[in-house]
Amino acid sequence: MTTHTAAPAPAPVATPTPALSGPELRAIALRHGLTVSGARPSLPVYVRRLWSRRHFIGAFATARLTAQYSQARLGQLWQVATPLLNAAVYYVIFGVLMNVQRDIPDYVPFLITGVFVWTFTAQSITAGTRAISGNLGLVRALHFPRASLPIALALQQLQQLAFSLGALAVILFCFGEFPTWNWLLAVPALALQTLFNIGLALVMARIAAGTPDVATLMPFVLRTWMYVSGVMWSIHHLEVTSRLPHAVLTLLQCNPAAVYIDLMRLALVESFTADQLPPHVWTLALGWALLLSVGGFIYFWQAEETYGRG
Amino acid sequence: MAERTPTVVADGVHITYTVQGGRAAKGGATSALGRIAARRAAPGARTVHAVKGVSFAAYKGEAIGLIGSNGSGKSTLLKGIAGLLPTSEGRIYTQGRPSLLGVNAALMGDLSGERNVVLGGLAMGMSRAQIRRRYQEIVDFSGINDKGDFISLPMRTYSSGMGARLRFSIAAAKSHDVLLIDEALATGDAAFRRRSKQRIEELRAQAGTVFLVSHSNSAITDTCDRALWLEAGTLRMDGPAAEVVEAYQSFTGKK
Repeated sequence: MTTHTAAPAPAPVATPTPALSGPELRAIALRHGLTVSGARPSLPVYVRRLWSRRHFIGAFATARLTAQYSQARLGQLWQVATPLLNAAVYYVIFGVLMNVQRDIPDYVPFLITGVFVWTFTAQSITAGTRAISGNLGLVRALHFPRASLPIALALQQLQQLAFSLGALAVILFCFGEFPTWNWLLAVPALALQTLFNIGLALVMARIAAGTPDVATLMPFVLRTWMYVSGVMWSIHHLEVTSRLPHAVLTLLQCNPAAVYIDLMRLALVESFTADQLPPHVWTLALGWALLLSVGGFIYFWQAEETYGRG
Repeated sequence: MAERTPTVVADGVHITYTVQGGRAAKGGATSALGRIAARRAAPGARTVHAVKGVSFAAYKGEAIGLIGSNGSGKSTLLKGIAGLLPTSEGRIYTQGRPSLLGVNAALMGDLSGERNVVLGGLAMGMSRAQIRRRYQEIVDFSGINDKGDFISLPMRTYSSGMGARLRFSIAAAKSHDVLLIDEALATGDAAFRRRSKQRIEELRAQAGTVFLVSHSNSAITDTCDRALWLEAGTLRMDGPAAEVVEAYQSFTGKK
Protein backbone atom coordinates (compact mmCIF):
# COMPACT_ATOMS: atom_id res chain seq x y z
CA MET A 1 0.00 0.00 0.00
CA THR A 2 1.16 3.50 -0.69
CA THR A 3 1.57 5.90 2.14
CA HIS A 4 0.53 9.46 1.68
CA THR A 5 0.78 12.02 4.41
CA ALA A 6 -1.16 15.22 3.98
CA ALA A 7 0.10 18.60 5.05
CA PRO A 8 -0.70 19.28 8.71
CA ALA A 9 -3.71 21.45 9.59
CA PRO A 10 -4.79 24.21 9.26
CA ALA A 11 -3.72 24.15 5.64
CA PRO A 12 -6.62 22.63 3.64
CA VAL A 13 -6.05 18.93 3.71
CA ALA A 14 -5.69 17.71 0.19
CA THR A 15 -7.84 14.69 -0.51
CA PRO A 16 -5.31 11.91 -0.38
CA THR A 17 -4.81 10.43 -3.77
CA PRO A 18 -6.04 6.88 -3.28
CA ALA A 19 -3.88 4.05 -4.43
CA LEU A 20 -6.52 3.50 -7.08
CA SER A 21 -8.71 6.03 -8.81
CA GLY A 22 -12.50 6.02 -8.65
CA PRO A 23 -13.15 4.21 -11.93
CA GLU A 24 -10.45 1.66 -11.12
CA LEU A 25 -12.01 0.99 -7.70
CA ARG A 26 -15.39 0.54 -9.27
CA ALA A 27 -13.96 -1.80 -11.89
CA ILE A 28 -12.29 -3.96 -9.23
CA ALA A 29 -15.48 -4.08 -7.18
CA LEU A 30 -17.59 -5.12 -10.15
CA ARG A 31 -15.05 -7.64 -11.41
CA HIS A 32 -15.16 -9.48 -8.09
CA GLY A 33 -18.93 -9.35 -7.81
CA LEU A 34 -19.09 -7.01 -4.84
CA THR A 35 -22.45 -5.38 -4.23
CA VAL A 36 -23.40 -1.93 -2.98
CA SER A 37 -24.01 -2.13 0.75
CA GLY A 38 -27.25 -0.92 2.28
CA ALA A 39 -29.34 -1.11 -0.88
CA ARG A 40 -32.99 -2.12 -0.59
CA PRO A 41 -33.60 -5.76 -1.54
CA SER A 42 -36.29 -6.64 -4.08
CA LEU A 43 -39.68 -7.65 -2.72
CA PRO A 44 -39.25 -11.43 -3.23
CA VAL A 45 -35.78 -11.37 -1.65
CA TYR A 46 -37.19 -9.31 1.20
CA VAL A 47 -39.99 -11.80 1.83
CA ARG A 48 -37.47 -14.66 1.78
CA ARG A 49 -35.20 -12.92 4.28
CA LEU A 50 -38.16 -12.15 6.50
CA TRP A 51 -39.18 -15.79 6.41
CA SER A 52 -35.69 -16.90 7.38
CA ARG A 53 -35.98 -14.62 10.42
CA ARG A 54 -39.27 -16.12 11.61
CA HIS A 55 -37.65 -17.64 14.69
CA PHE A 56 -36.24 -14.28 15.64
CA ILE A 57 -39.67 -12.67 15.22
CA GLY A 58 -41.24 -15.30 17.46
CA ALA A 59 -38.50 -15.12 20.08
CA PHE A 60 -38.57 -11.32 20.08
CA ALA A 61 -42.36 -11.24 20.60
CA THR A 62 -42.26 -13.77 23.44
CA ALA A 63 -39.26 -12.10 25.04
CA ARG A 64 -41.03 -8.74 25.05
CA LEU A 65 -44.13 -10.29 26.55
CA THR A 66 -42.17 -12.02 29.32
CA ALA A 67 -40.02 -8.99 30.05
CA GLN A 68 -43.11 -6.83 30.46
CA TYR A 69 -44.09 -7.98 33.95
CA SER A 70 -40.86 -9.61 35.07
CA GLN A 71 -40.24 -7.04 37.81
CA ALA A 72 -43.78 -7.16 39.20
CA ARG A 73 -44.44 -9.23 42.33
CA LEU A 74 -47.41 -10.98 40.75
CA GLY A 75 -45.36 -11.57 37.60
CA GLN A 76 -47.13 -13.18 34.69
CA LEU A 77 -50.45 -13.08 36.57
CA TRP A 78 -50.74 -9.52 35.26
CA GLN A 79 -51.14 -10.90 31.74
CA VAL A 80 -54.64 -11.95 32.81
CA ALA A 81 -55.31 -9.36 35.50
CA THR A 82 -54.70 -6.29 33.28
CA PRO A 83 -57.42 -7.05 30.69
CA LEU A 84 -59.83 -8.10 33.46
CA LEU A 85 -59.32 -4.81 35.30
CA ASN A 86 -59.85 -2.97 32.03
CA ALA A 87 -63.11 -4.76 31.41
CA ALA A 88 -64.23 -4.09 34.99
CA VAL A 89 -63.70 -0.34 34.52
CA TYR A 90 -65.76 -0.27 31.33
CA TYR A 91 -68.46 -2.38 32.99
CA VAL A 92 -68.82 0.04 35.91
CA ILE A 93 -69.01 3.07 33.61
CA PHE A 94 -71.12 1.79 30.73
CA GLY A 95 -72.95 -1.15 32.24
CA VAL A 96 -73.80 0.27 35.67
CA LEU A 97 -73.59 4.07 35.52
CA MET A 98 -74.88 4.65 31.96
CA ASN A 99 -76.97 1.48 31.99
CA VAL A 100 -76.35 0.52 28.37
CA GLN A 101 -77.11 -3.07 29.38
CA ARG A 102 -80.89 -2.66 29.39
CA ASP A 103 -80.74 -2.58 25.54
CA ILE A 104 -78.29 -5.44 25.04
CA PRO A 105 -78.80 -8.99 26.23
CA ASP A 106 -75.74 -10.68 27.79
CA TYR A 107 -74.14 -7.30 28.23
CA VAL A 108 -71.10 -8.44 30.20
CA PRO A 109 -69.90 -11.04 27.63
CA PHE A 110 -70.78 -8.55 24.88
CA LEU A 111 -68.74 -5.78 26.49
CA ILE A 112 -65.73 -7.86 27.51
CA THR A 113 -65.40 -9.51 24.11
CA GLY A 114 -65.50 -6.03 22.57
CA VAL A 115 -62.89 -4.63 24.94
CA PHE A 116 -60.46 -7.51 24.45
CA VAL A 117 -60.74 -7.59 20.68
CA TRP A 118 -60.46 -3.83 20.42
CA THR A 119 -57.45 -3.80 22.75
CA PHE A 120 -55.66 -6.18 20.36
CA THR A 121 -56.05 -3.75 17.45
CA ALA A 122 -55.35 -0.63 19.52
CA GLN A 123 -52.22 -2.06 21.13
CA SER A 124 -50.91 -3.34 17.80
CA ILE A 125 -51.21 0.17 16.37
CA THR A 126 -49.57 1.78 19.40
CA ALA A 127 -46.77 -0.77 19.32
CA GLY A 128 -46.42 -0.24 15.57
CA THR A 129 -45.79 3.49 15.97
CA ARG A 130 -42.91 2.66 18.33
CA ALA A 131 -41.61 -0.30 16.36
CA ILE A 132 -38.76 1.62 14.70
CA SER A 133 -38.32 4.61 17.01
CA GLY A 134 -38.33 2.42 20.13
CA ASN A 135 -35.79 -0.04 18.71
CA LEU A 136 -33.35 2.35 17.05
CA GLY A 137 -30.41 0.71 18.76
CA LEU A 138 -31.32 -2.63 17.24
CA VAL A 139 -31.99 -1.14 13.81
CA ARG A 140 -28.68 0.70 13.83
CA ALA A 141 -26.61 -2.25 14.99
CA LEU A 142 -27.87 -5.30 13.13
CA HIS A 143 -29.05 -6.32 9.69
CA PHE A 144 -32.47 -7.88 9.48
CA PRO A 145 -35.63 -7.09 7.55
CA ARG A 146 -37.06 -4.18 9.52
CA ALA A 147 -40.59 -5.51 9.01
CA SER A 148 -39.64 -8.09 11.67
CA LEU A 149 -40.17 -5.45 14.35
CA PRO A 150 -43.77 -4.33 13.69
CA ILE A 151 -44.74 -7.92 12.92
CA ALA A 152 -43.18 -9.19 16.16
CA LEU A 153 -44.88 -6.46 18.16
CA ALA A 154 -48.28 -7.27 16.65
CA LEU A 155 -47.69 -10.96 17.43
CA GLN A 156 -46.80 -10.01 20.99
CA GLN A 157 -50.26 -8.45 21.23
CA LEU A 158 -51.77 -11.63 19.81
CA GLN A 159 -50.09 -13.65 22.57
CA GLN A 160 -51.40 -11.11 25.05
CA LEU A 161 -54.88 -11.59 23.59
CA ALA A 162 -54.54 -15.34 24.06
CA PHE A 163 -54.21 -14.75 27.81
CA SER A 164 -57.19 -12.39 27.71
CA LEU A 165 -59.27 -14.96 25.85
CA GLY A 166 -58.47 -17.50 28.55
CA ALA A 167 -59.87 -15.07 31.11
CA LEU A 168 -62.81 -14.42 28.80
CA ALA A 169 -63.66 -18.12 28.63
CA VAL A 170 -63.89 -18.21 32.43
CA ILE A 171 -66.15 -15.14 32.43
CA LEU A 172 -68.35 -16.69 29.77
CA PHE A 173 -68.76 -19.85 31.91
CA CYS A 174 -69.80 -17.62 34.82
CA PHE A 175 -72.50 -16.03 32.66
CA GLY A 176 -73.82 -19.34 31.47
CA GLU A 177 -72.23 -19.43 28.03
CA PHE A 178 -70.71 -22.81 27.27
CA PRO A 179 -68.51 -23.88 24.38
CA THR A 180 -70.41 -24.66 21.23
CA TRP A 181 -69.23 -25.44 17.71
CA ASN A 182 -69.85 -21.75 17.06
CA TRP A 183 -66.75 -20.92 19.11
CA LEU A 184 -64.64 -22.31 16.28
CA LEU A 185 -65.62 -19.25 14.23
CA ALA A 186 -63.30 -17.32 16.53
CA VAL A 187 -60.30 -18.91 14.79
CA PRO A 188 -60.83 -17.45 11.28
CA ALA A 189 -62.05 -14.16 12.77
CA LEU A 190 -58.90 -13.88 14.85
CA ALA A 191 -56.66 -14.90 11.96
CA LEU A 192 -58.11 -12.17 9.74
CA GLN A 193 -57.88 -9.59 12.51
CA THR A 194 -54.24 -10.53 13.10
CA LEU A 195 -53.45 -9.97 9.42
CA PHE A 196 -55.24 -6.62 9.57
CA ASN A 197 -53.37 -5.59 12.73
CA ILE A 198 -49.99 -6.59 11.34
CA GLY A 199 -50.67 -4.51 8.23
CA LEU A 200 -51.72 -1.53 10.28
CA ALA A 201 -48.67 -1.87 12.54
CA LEU A 202 -46.44 -1.86 9.42
CA VAL A 203 -48.14 1.28 8.07
CA MET A 204 -47.88 3.07 11.41
CA ALA A 205 -44.25 2.02 11.81
CA ARG A 206 -43.29 3.68 8.53
CA ILE A 207 -45.31 6.84 9.21
CA ALA A 208 -43.98 7.21 12.76
CA ALA A 209 -40.41 6.52 11.65
CA GLY A 210 -40.62 9.58 9.39
CA THR A 211 -42.78 11.78 11.63
CA PRO A 212 -42.31 10.82 15.30
CA ASP A 213 -45.07 13.28 16.30
CA VAL A 214 -47.63 10.69 15.18
CA ALA A 215 -46.97 8.67 18.33
CA THR A 216 -48.23 11.58 20.43
CA LEU A 217 -51.33 11.96 18.29
CA MET A 218 -52.31 8.28 18.23
CA PRO A 219 -54.05 8.02 21.64
CA PHE A 220 -56.63 10.60 20.48
CA VAL A 221 -57.21 8.90 17.16
CA LEU A 222 -57.53 5.54 18.89
CA ARG A 223 -59.98 6.82 21.49
CA THR A 224 -62.21 8.28 18.77
CA TRP A 225 -61.99 5.08 16.80
CA MET A 226 -62.91 3.01 19.85
CA TYR A 227 -66.05 5.07 20.52
CA VAL A 228 -67.34 4.68 16.95
CA SER A 229 -66.55 0.95 16.79
CA GLY A 230 -69.34 -0.25 19.06
CA VAL A 231 -67.04 -1.63 21.76
CA MET A 232 -69.44 -0.80 24.60
CA TRP A 233 -72.64 -0.20 22.62
CA SER A 234 -74.38 -2.02 19.82
CA ILE A 235 -74.26 -0.71 16.26
CA HIS A 236 -77.16 -3.02 15.43
CA HIS A 237 -79.23 -1.43 18.19
CA LEU A 238 -78.47 2.01 16.77
CA GLU A 239 -79.53 0.78 13.36
CA VAL A 240 -82.92 -0.28 14.72
CA THR A 241 -83.66 2.72 16.90
CA SER A 242 -81.98 5.81 15.50
CA ARG A 243 -82.76 7.95 12.51
CA LEU A 244 -79.16 8.29 11.36
CA PRO A 245 -78.78 8.44 7.55
CA HIS A 246 -78.22 5.08 5.93
CA ALA A 247 -74.76 6.08 4.66
CA VAL A 248 -73.53 6.80 8.18
CA LEU A 249 -74.80 3.47 9.45
CA THR A 250 -73.15 1.65 6.54
CA LEU A 251 -69.88 3.40 7.30
CA LEU A 252 -70.13 2.42 10.97
CA GLN A 253 -70.75 -1.18 9.94
CA CYS A 254 -67.89 -1.34 7.45
CA ASN A 255 -65.41 -0.02 10.02
CA PRO A 256 -62.87 -2.86 10.25
CA ALA A 257 -62.62 -2.70 14.03
CA ALA A 258 -66.40 -3.09 14.31
CA VAL A 259 -66.34 -5.96 11.82
CA TYR A 260 -63.73 -7.95 13.78
CA ILE A 261 -65.34 -7.21 17.15
CA ASP A 262 -68.78 -8.33 15.96
CA LEU A 263 -67.43 -11.49 14.32
CA MET A 264 -65.86 -12.45 17.64
CA ARG A 265 -69.16 -11.78 19.41
CA LEU A 266 -70.95 -13.89 16.83
CA ALA A 267 -68.59 -16.71 17.69
CA LEU A 268 -68.65 -16.44 21.46
CA VAL A 269 -71.85 -14.75 22.67
CA GLU A 270 -74.92 -16.89 22.18
CA SER A 271 -77.52 -14.11 22.02
CA PHE A 272 -75.48 -12.26 19.41
CA THR A 273 -76.77 -13.65 16.12
CA ALA A 274 -75.88 -13.25 12.48
CA ASP A 275 -78.87 -10.99 11.76
CA GLN A 276 -77.15 -8.28 13.85
CA LEU A 277 -74.28 -8.23 11.36
CA PRO A 278 -74.13 -6.32 8.09
CA PRO A 279 -74.42 -8.42 4.91
CA HIS A 280 -71.18 -9.87 3.48
CA VAL A 281 -69.44 -9.46 6.83
CA TRP A 282 -66.88 -12.23 6.18
CA THR A 283 -66.04 -10.70 2.80
CA LEU A 284 -65.52 -7.37 4.52
CA ALA A 285 -63.28 -8.98 7.14
CA LEU A 286 -61.24 -10.75 4.48
CA GLY A 287 -61.01 -7.63 2.31
CA TRP A 288 -59.74 -5.44 5.11
CA ALA A 289 -57.24 -8.11 6.16
CA LEU A 290 -55.82 -8.54 2.65
CA LEU A 291 -55.81 -4.82 1.85
CA LEU A 292 -53.92 -3.86 4.98
CA SER A 293 -51.53 -6.82 5.19
CA VAL A 294 -50.44 -6.75 1.54
CA GLY A 295 -50.65 -2.98 1.11
CA GLY A 296 -49.07 -2.28 4.49
CA PHE A 297 -46.23 -4.70 3.82
CA ILE A 298 -45.38 -3.14 0.45
CA TYR A 299 -45.72 0.37 1.90
CA PHE A 300 -43.32 -0.54 4.72
CA TRP A 301 -40.83 -2.26 2.39
CA GLN A 302 -40.62 0.78 0.09
CA ALA A 303 -38.80 2.74 2.82
CA GLU A 304 -36.76 -0.23 4.12
CA GLU A 305 -33.34 1.35 3.56
CA THR A 306 -34.26 4.59 5.35
CA TYR A 307 -35.21 3.20 8.78
CA GLY A 308 -32.94 4.19 11.61
CA ARG A 309 -31.08 6.80 9.59
CA GLY A 310 -30.90 10.51 10.19
CA MET B 1 1.67 -9.90 -8.33
CA ALA B 2 -1.52 -11.89 -8.52
CA GLU B 3 -4.57 -9.77 -7.94
CA ARG B 4 -5.89 -10.13 -4.42
CA THR B 5 -9.60 -10.56 -3.72
CA PRO B 6 -11.17 -7.33 -2.51
CA THR B 7 -13.83 -7.53 0.22
CA VAL B 8 -14.68 -3.88 0.75
CA VAL B 9 -14.21 -1.13 -1.82
CA ALA B 10 -15.02 2.46 -0.88
CA ASP B 11 -15.16 4.86 -3.80
CA GLY B 12 -15.22 8.55 -2.86
CA VAL B 13 -17.55 8.02 0.07
CA HIS B 14 -19.32 10.92 1.73
CA ILE B 15 -21.66 10.30 4.65
CA THR B 16 -23.93 12.95 6.07
CA TYR B 17 -26.69 12.58 8.61
CA THR B 18 -29.37 14.81 10.01
CA VAL B 19 -29.69 15.49 13.71
CA GLN B 20 -33.17 16.41 14.85
CA GLY B 21 -33.55 19.00 17.59
CA GLY B 22 -29.97 20.24 17.63
CA ARG B 23 -31.22 23.79 17.90
CA ALA B 24 -34.53 25.20 19.13
CA ALA B 25 -36.90 25.64 16.19
CA LYS B 26 -37.88 29.20 15.38
CA GLY B 27 -41.50 30.19 14.91
CA GLY B 28 -44.63 28.77 16.44
CA ALA B 29 -46.72 25.70 15.88
CA THR B 30 -48.29 27.06 12.70
CA SER B 31 -44.96 27.51 10.98
CA ALA B 32 -44.01 23.98 12.04
CA LEU B 33 -47.21 22.65 10.45
CA GLY B 34 -46.46 24.67 7.32
CA ARG B 35 -43.01 23.11 7.15
CA ILE B 36 -44.42 19.60 7.45
CA ALA B 37 -46.98 20.37 4.75
CA ALA B 38 -44.28 21.77 2.46
CA ARG B 39 -41.91 18.88 3.39
CA ARG B 40 -39.12 21.28 4.28
CA ALA B 41 -36.57 20.36 6.91
CA ALA B 42 -37.17 21.78 10.36
CA PRO B 43 -34.71 24.54 11.28
CA GLY B 44 -33.89 22.53 14.41
CA ALA B 45 -32.46 19.81 12.20
CA ARG B 46 -28.76 20.02 11.36
CA THR B 47 -26.76 18.07 8.87
CA VAL B 48 -23.47 16.65 9.99
CA HIS B 49 -20.95 15.87 7.27
CA ALA B 50 -19.09 13.09 9.05
CA VAL B 51 -17.14 11.37 6.27
CA LYS B 52 -15.78 13.41 3.38
CA GLY B 53 -14.56 11.57 0.35
CA VAL B 54 -12.89 8.42 1.62
CA SER B 55 -11.57 5.88 -0.91
CA PHE B 56 -9.82 2.60 -0.22
CA ALA B 57 -9.91 -1.06 -1.13
CA ALA B 58 -9.67 -3.78 1.53
CA TYR B 59 -8.62 -7.32 0.65
CA LYS B 60 -9.11 -10.81 2.04
CA GLY B 61 -7.01 -11.66 5.05
CA GLU B 62 -6.38 -8.08 6.05
CA ALA B 63 -6.97 -6.69 9.52
CA ILE B 64 -7.44 -2.97 9.20
CA GLY B 65 -7.33 -0.56 12.13
CA LEU B 66 -9.17 2.74 12.02
CA ILE B 67 -7.56 5.47 14.04
CA GLY B 68 -8.17 9.16 14.52
CA SER B 69 -9.24 11.53 17.27
CA ASN B 70 -12.77 11.61 18.69
CA GLY B 71 -15.39 12.68 16.19
CA SER B 72 -13.20 12.05 13.17
CA GLY B 73 -15.83 9.81 11.55
CA LYS B 74 -14.44 6.35 12.33
CA SER B 75 -17.63 4.87 13.71
CA THR B 76 -19.70 6.55 11.00
CA LEU B 77 -17.49 5.03 8.31
CA LEU B 78 -17.88 1.63 9.96
CA LYS B 79 -21.67 1.97 9.91
CA GLY B 80 -21.44 3.01 6.28
CA ILE B 81 -19.47 -0.14 5.45
CA ALA B 82 -22.04 -2.20 7.36
CA GLY B 83 -24.73 -0.62 5.19
CA LEU B 84 -26.46 0.87 8.21
CA LEU B 85 -25.88 4.48 7.13
CA PRO B 86 -26.41 5.56 3.52
CA THR B 87 -23.67 7.28 1.56
CA SER B 88 -24.68 10.72 0.34
CA GLU B 89 -22.05 10.57 -2.42
CA GLY B 90 -19.83 7.77 -3.68
CA ARG B 91 -20.36 4.06 -3.25
CA ILE B 92 -19.32 1.30 -0.88
CA TYR B 93 -19.08 -2.12 -2.49
CA THR B 94 -18.89 -5.13 -0.22
CA GLN B 95 -18.41 -8.86 -0.42
CA GLY B 96 -21.35 -10.54 1.29
CA ARG B 97 -22.70 -8.62 4.20
CA PRO B 98 -20.29 -6.97 6.64
CA SER B 99 -21.48 -7.27 10.21
CA LEU B 100 -20.97 -4.91 13.04
CA LEU B 101 -20.12 -6.60 16.31
CA GLY B 102 -23.14 -5.03 17.96
CA VAL B 103 -25.55 -7.57 19.34
CA ASN B 104 -26.04 -5.52 22.54
CA ALA B 105 -29.14 -3.81 21.24
CA ALA B 106 -31.06 -7.04 20.83
CA LEU B 107 -30.59 -8.17 24.42
CA MET B 108 -33.12 -7.51 27.17
CA GLY B 109 -32.06 -6.89 30.75
CA ASP B 110 -35.20 -8.43 32.19
CA LEU B 111 -34.50 -11.80 30.62
CA SER B 112 -32.12 -14.44 31.89
CA GLY B 113 -28.66 -14.79 30.37
CA GLU B 114 -29.57 -18.06 28.68
CA ARG B 115 -32.63 -16.60 26.94
CA ASN B 116 -30.49 -13.65 25.85
CA VAL B 117 -27.97 -15.99 24.27
CA VAL B 118 -30.79 -17.44 22.16
CA LEU B 119 -32.38 -14.07 21.39
CA GLY B 120 -29.05 -12.47 20.49
CA GLY B 121 -28.10 -15.39 18.26
CA LEU B 122 -31.42 -15.25 16.42
CA ALA B 123 -31.08 -11.47 16.04
CA MET B 124 -27.71 -12.01 14.34
CA GLY B 125 -29.34 -14.44 11.94
CA MET B 126 -28.21 -17.75 13.42
CA SER B 127 -30.63 -20.66 13.30
CA ARG B 128 -31.94 -22.32 16.45
CA ALA B 129 -29.86 -25.42 15.69
CA GLN B 130 -26.68 -23.34 15.32
CA ILE B 131 -27.35 -21.64 18.63
CA ARG B 132 -27.98 -24.97 20.37
CA ARG B 133 -24.64 -26.25 19.05
CA ARG B 134 -22.70 -23.21 20.21
CA TYR B 135 -24.61 -22.47 23.41
CA GLN B 136 -22.18 -24.16 25.80
CA GLU B 137 -19.23 -22.61 24.00
CA ILE B 138 -20.71 -19.12 24.35
CA VAL B 139 -21.43 -19.56 28.06
CA ASP B 140 -18.00 -21.05 28.77
CA PHE B 141 -16.25 -18.33 26.81
CA SER B 142 -18.05 -15.56 28.69
CA GLY B 143 -16.99 -17.11 32.00
CA ILE B 144 -20.38 -16.11 33.46
CA ASN B 145 -20.82 -19.45 35.21
CA ASP B 146 -17.31 -19.54 36.68
CA LYS B 147 -18.60 -18.30 40.03
CA GLY B 148 -21.93 -20.08 40.22
CA ASP B 149 -25.04 -20.35 38.13
CA PHE B 150 -25.41 -16.78 36.90
CA ILE B 151 -26.62 -17.58 33.40
CA SER B 152 -30.17 -18.25 34.65
CA LEU B 153 -30.39 -14.84 36.37
CA PRO B 154 -31.82 -11.77 34.62
CA MET B 155 -29.11 -9.82 32.78
CA ARG B 156 -29.93 -6.63 34.67
CA THR B 157 -28.49 -8.25 37.80
CA TYR B 158 -25.07 -8.72 36.15
CA SER B 159 -22.16 -6.43 36.91
CA SER B 160 -21.19 -4.23 33.96
CA GLY B 161 -18.12 -6.40 33.31
CA MET B 162 -20.16 -9.62 33.31
CA GLY B 163 -22.72 -8.07 30.96
CA ALA B 164 -20.03 -6.89 28.57
CA ARG B 165 -18.39 -10.33 28.57
CA LEU B 166 -21.62 -12.12 27.75
CA ARG B 167 -22.42 -9.59 24.99
CA PHE B 168 -19.04 -10.04 23.37
CA SER B 169 -19.29 -13.82 23.62
CA ILE B 170 -22.67 -13.83 21.88
CA ALA B 171 -21.52 -11.42 19.20
CA ALA B 172 -18.33 -13.36 18.49
CA ALA B 173 -20.12 -16.71 18.22
CA LYS B 174 -21.01 -16.17 14.59
CA SER B 175 -18.51 -16.24 11.75
CA HIS B 176 -18.63 -13.31 9.37
CA ASP B 177 -17.37 -12.43 5.87
CA VAL B 178 -16.31 -8.98 6.91
CA LEU B 179 -16.26 -8.18 10.59
CA LEU B 180 -16.44 -4.65 11.98
CA ILE B 181 -15.42 -4.15 15.59
CA ASP B 182 -15.99 -0.85 17.38
CA GLU B 183 -13.96 -0.60 20.60
CA ALA B 184 -14.91 -4.08 21.73
CA LEU B 185 -11.50 -4.98 23.09
CA ALA B 186 -11.64 -2.74 26.12
CA THR B 187 -14.24 -4.77 28.03
CA GLY B 188 -13.75 -7.23 30.83
CA ASP B 189 -10.84 -8.13 33.02
CA ALA B 190 -7.32 -9.02 31.89
CA ALA B 191 -8.05 -12.74 31.47
CA PHE B 192 -11.12 -12.01 29.36
CA ARG B 193 -9.23 -9.44 27.25
CA ARG B 194 -6.64 -12.07 26.42
CA ARG B 195 -9.34 -14.56 25.45
CA SER B 196 -11.21 -12.02 23.31
CA LYS B 197 -8.05 -11.00 21.48
CA GLN B 198 -7.46 -14.62 20.64
CA ARG B 199 -11.05 -14.96 19.47
CA ILE B 200 -10.65 -11.92 17.21
CA GLU B 201 -7.58 -13.57 15.68
CA GLU B 202 -9.68 -16.66 14.94
CA LEU B 203 -12.52 -14.57 13.54
CA ARG B 204 -10.04 -12.80 11.32
CA ALA B 205 -8.70 -16.07 10.03
CA GLN B 206 -12.24 -17.13 9.07
CA ALA B 207 -13.58 -13.74 8.16
CA GLY B 208 -11.32 -12.57 5.44
CA THR B 209 -11.31 -8.98 6.60
CA VAL B 210 -11.57 -7.38 10.02
CA PHE B 211 -11.98 -3.68 10.67
CA LEU B 212 -11.15 -2.51 14.15
CA VAL B 213 -11.85 0.92 15.61
CA SER B 214 -9.82 1.58 18.71
CA HIS B 215 -8.21 4.39 20.63
CA SER B 216 -5.65 1.99 21.95
CA ASN B 217 -2.66 2.31 19.63
CA SER B 218 -1.19 -0.91 20.94
CA ALA B 219 -4.40 -2.81 20.14
CA ILE B 220 -4.11 -1.56 16.56
CA THR B 221 -0.47 -2.47 16.11
CA ASP B 222 -0.99 -5.85 17.83
CA THR B 223 -3.98 -7.00 15.83
CA CYS B 224 -3.81 -5.11 12.55
CA ASP B 225 -1.41 -5.16 9.64
CA ARG B 226 -2.83 -2.09 7.97
CA ALA B 227 -4.31 1.12 9.32
CA LEU B 228 -6.44 3.98 8.03
CA TRP B 229 -6.08 7.32 9.76
CA LEU B 230 -9.16 9.50 9.61
CA GLU B 231 -9.10 13.13 10.65
CA ALA B 232 -12.18 15.39 10.44
CA GLY B 233 -13.81 12.99 8.01
CA THR B 234 -10.97 12.74 5.50
CA LEU B 235 -8.50 9.95 5.04
CA ARG B 236 -5.10 11.31 6.03
CA MET B 237 -3.05 8.19 5.72
CA ASP B 238 -3.38 4.60 4.61
CA GLY B 239 -0.55 2.12 5.08
CA PRO B 240 1.16 -0.44 7.31
CA ALA B 241 -0.26 -0.23 10.84
CA ALA B 242 3.05 0.56 12.54
CA GLU B 243 3.86 3.50 10.22
CA VAL B 244 0.39 5.01 10.40
CA VAL B 245 0.21 4.72 14.18
CA GLU B 246 3.62 6.34 14.47
CA ALA B 247 2.58 9.26 12.27
CA TYR B 248 -0.66 9.58 14.22
CA GLN B 249 1.21 9.60 17.49
CA SER B 250 3.56 12.35 16.39
CA PHE B 251 0.54 14.31 15.12
CA THR B 252 -1.37 14.04 18.39
CA GLY B 253 1.78 14.66 20.41
CA LYS B 254 2.33 17.92 18.58
CA LYS B 255 -1.13 19.23 19.37
